[in-house]
Amino acid sequence: MIARLKARRARQAALRRDASGLARTLVTPEGVTLSIAVASRGARIGALVLDLGLIVVLMIAISLGLMYVAGGTASIGRTVHSQSAAGYALQFLMIVWIIMMFFFRNAYFLFFELGPRGATPGKRLNGIRIAARDGGRLSAEMVIARNLLRDVELFLPLILLLSTGFESGPGWIAATAWFAIFLLFPLFNRDGLRAGDVIAGSWVLQAPRRKLDRALSLGPVATASASAPAAATATATATATARGTATGTTKAPAPEPAGAAMVASGYRFSEAELAVYGEFELKALERVLRDPKAKAIEPVYLAIAEKIGRNDGWNDEAAFLRAYYTQLRARLEAGMRMGVRKADKHASETLRGKDNP
Amino acid sequence: MNLGFGLSRRRTTTDDAGAIERAALRSDRFRIEREADWQRLETIVRALEKGRLRKVSDEDLLALPGLYRTVASSLSVARETSLDAATLAYLEALVQRAWFVVYGPRTSLWDWLRGFFTGGWSAAVRSIAPDIAVAFAVMVAGTIAGWLLVSHDPEWYFALVGKDMAGVRVPGASAKDLHGTLFGNDGQNAMSVFAAQLFSNNAQVSILSFALGFAFGVPSLLLLVQNLALLGAMLWLYHGAGLTLDFAGWIAVHGTTELYAIMLSGAAGLHIGRALAFPGQRPVLQAAAEAGQRSAVVMTGVVMMLVLAALLEGFARQLVDTTPGRFAIGGFMLALWCSYFFAFRGTRRWREANAHRSVPKGTSR
Repeated sequence: MIARLKARRARQAALRRDASGLARTLVTPEGVTLSIAVASRGARIGALVLDLGLIVVLMIAISLGLMYVAGGTASIGRTVHSQSAAGYALQFLMIVWIIMMFFFRNAYFLFFELGPRGATPGKRLNGIRIAARDGGRLSAEMVIARNLLRDVELFLPLILLLSTGFESGPGWIAATAWFAIFLLFPLFNRDGLRAGDVIAGSWVLQAPRRKLDRALSLGPVATASASAPAAATATATATATARGTATGTTKAPAPEPAGAAMVASGYRFSEAELAVYGEFELKALERVLRDPKAKAIEPVYLAIAEKIGRNDGWNDEAAFLRAYYTQLRARLEAGMRMGVRKADKHASETLRGKDNP
Repeated sequence: MNLGFGLSRRRTTTDDAGAIERAALRSDRFRIEREADWQRLETIVRALEKGRLRKVSDEDLLALPGLYRTVASSLSVARETSLDAATLAYLEALVQRAWFVVYGPRTSLWDWLRGFFTGGWSAAVRSIAPDIAVAFAVMVAGTIAGWLLVSHDPEWYFALVGKDMAGVRVPGASAKDLHGTLFGNDGQNAMSVFAAQLFSNNAQVSILSFALGFAFGVPSLLLLVQNLALLGAMLWLYHGAGLTLDFAGWIAVHGTTELYAIMLSGAAGLHIGRALAFPGQRPVLQAAAEAGQRSAVVMTGVVMMLVLAALLEGFARQLVDTTPGRFAIGGFMLALWCSYFFAFRGTRRWREANAHRSVPKGTSR
């Protein structure tokens, strides 16, 4: 028992926080370190508005539907207290309505958050989901607990605000202020926990969803196939397979010798030319190269070419930058394997004379 | 060209071998060698996220934990050896998604409910026993306070009960009128609608009473006092007309269930309030989470009890028109709840399944 509590506390202590913003580190029970990000408050408000909108629309739709079945409002009052068959049918509809309204108010969030995605439709559209704060399993108890408090946090303050006007006295102001504490609770803690999250031991995280992009350093593969007839299939390989469609196995063009990637486009960079930049610039360069609009290619080419003093990539900027990216990455990764890292261009250079693998 | 990974379960094919050979960077070779595993995990995770459990083969389901660990280790290796931002971001996201799936809500609602009824509920109720005792004391005090207030100054009656709700049940009403409110309503129409309204209203109030516990439990107790003062005031009224026992029977039909449920919800609110105010040696967030999860189980039961209470109030009270009959029903329900919560320790199967569970799952410390 004590050992388990200790382990639990250790796990929680392991939830070390980054100094900046929303990023957190979470260690799962089997010791995998995960970089996670707490959902931004904007995303959560957006999700909430979407969900509430959906609830209201559903409520109105069901009310209208039942009303239609019942045959209009006018006759309801007359029929419901009669002992006729129609009366009983109407009573049944009213029960359905009352129960439905209760469920929409209380069980909508519960139902969706208990699902495998741990998110309501609104949350899903905003790319967020709930998770257990201690890195363990998200349990039904947590989901129930966090949604039981929604009533005082949200519905009650809203009803209070809507049902009273400006002429209301100090009692109203006091009550509103008191409920505002619940409503605004997420604004006053780092993790954006609302009262329900505190009670449940849950939190709301960003739910990442990424496709595996083609590696830029596999340049010759991409460029060679770009002109080949199977271009569409080839460039979409990563995405298509990710989607689960089995693409035909088109044969590769003439096999290239190992290491061809370095020199395929003909650009070779010297050690000194590569030593200028670090990991930060490498990442920026990757972003530039991946940008489908390729807007920044030219200015970035100009900047790099000027810095390393070359001008042979003129009118072939993308290939030049791609070759530079590949060789810079090769150099930095070789350094990493030796335990030497260069964060950015300002970082001191301790690495010298490392050849490509 | 197609590199031949993707959905294929082959690890390294001749196509892959060619690609690996062509890849100049070690990190790219690392990636190509493992990409098939990554894609396979992603396919499984995506199917599970969509809730399409049937579309995932048994083979894949069995492979899921292993794949999860494989990809997690790929991530740690990639972090140390690769500067390919695309791969890193993909792996981070994939491991996180897989983690959500592997550690997502595992039990189906059905399984959870079974565990709930076969022991989880009563264990959770027992685990907040001190709070229940406090809530009970507060309820008794509220009833007495209501009685005393009204007996000193009948004007209090309207402050507590409200004019609309009181109807003919006002101080000074004749015994005949009061008797009429207790008996002879079995011809009433639309009882079922009445019952549904009662449930919806009571359940909302009980959820409120629980949720207010977040403010250190005080509002939960105030709500209990207010509700029970109302009962005390009405008890005084009927006592004055010599109908104490009949009124008690009228309340007891559903009251033993409804008041029990309200007591539990107040106690659950108090429980989280207490954990927030006095977390003891645990961090306050942890204490709150444990208390909240225990209380959530209790509250699920409270809502179910209120369904039953509404049925009793809507039907049984109107249909059973004699005081002894009402006491019999009410007494039976009370005995049922007390024995279920405090004598029933869970089925053997539940006890075996939960022997290892820690505090928040509802077992006693």
